[in-house]
Amino acid sequence: MNARDDFRPLDDTDRRIIQATQAGLPLAPRPYHAVAEQLGVAADEVMRRMQRMLDLGIIRRIGAVPNHYALGYRANGMTVWDVADARIDELGERIGQLDFVTHCYQRPRHLPDWPYNLFAMVHGRTREEVEAKAALIADALGTASRARDILYSTRILKKTGLRIGA
Amino acid sequence: MDDLDRALINTLQGGFPICERPYAEVAARVGSDEATVIAHVDSLLARGLLSRFGPMYHAAQMGGALSLAAMEIPPADFERVTEIVNRQPEVAHNYARDHRLSMWFVLATETAAAQQDAIARIERESGYPVYNMPKIREYFVELKLHV
Repeated sequence: MNARDDFRPLDDTDRRIIQATQAGLPLAPRPYHAVAEQLGVAADEVMRRMQRMLDLGIIRRIGAVPNHYALGYRANGMTVWDVADARIDELGERIGQLDFVTHCYQRPRHLPDWPYNLFAMVHGRTREEVEAKAALIADALGTASRARDILYSTRILKKTGLRIGA
Repeated sequence: MDDLDRALINTLQGGFPICERPYAEVAARVGSDEATVIAHVDSLLARGLLSRFGPMYHAAQMGGALSLAAMEIPPADFERVTEIVNRQPEVAHNYARDHRLSMWFVLATETAAAQQDAIARIERESGYPVYNMPKIREYFVELKLHV
């Protein structure tokens, strides 16, 4: 990839590849060839473009997303922390590396109602398991954490796939 | 779930190759064959043990805007506001959570302006303020649920 590729926006072919694959990859021996055939593009071209999108971070990764709930992880806790701004990046990177954290973000506070700026999603089979994992996060944050809470989801009100790049 | 199901869930979270016969490559990794791997991935999806299989696109990198937003809704008004929020096409996910801020939803829009429009519409129709919490930074996560 040359430097100019980094700044090239997505073109129509990229967008067609995104639309054809965002619901999933074909379950066929040659999945990229199947996408290529559907779009009327050469298979090498599809693979090259997907590799480029992966390199640029437009594709985070290609793989499987486990359904935590179906796999027995019934407790979904959004742990939230009020962390000193000066240390949040260092601590956020550290929390993201814990293997039970599935998402980790810095988000804005809304004072005085919402003092938390670090969000880490934790799944467990039970709330006790989520709480034990939250305790490990608390240990990792140490004195940098000034306040914390855990918000459990009690009901899925809506869940539709993200549809982007159309 | 059999041993191959578990091995596939564990290995496929880490990544799937871009090559002519990627399922064959995965099969070699888990000690199986291409046709068996394809059949098992199909079955894991059909049984809902995997919620997705394929490329995960990064909305923000594509010019879209994603945000997490929360609202404090009294229980007596919860169903009415749920209907209003869920009706918005920009709302991708919406969860009830056991907190004073009781409704949490993800807004996915093509632009930041469209995100603001959706928030203004929800505030107007519901009569409650929306706390918008777009990410400031995302920290790298090692995705690995071991089953």
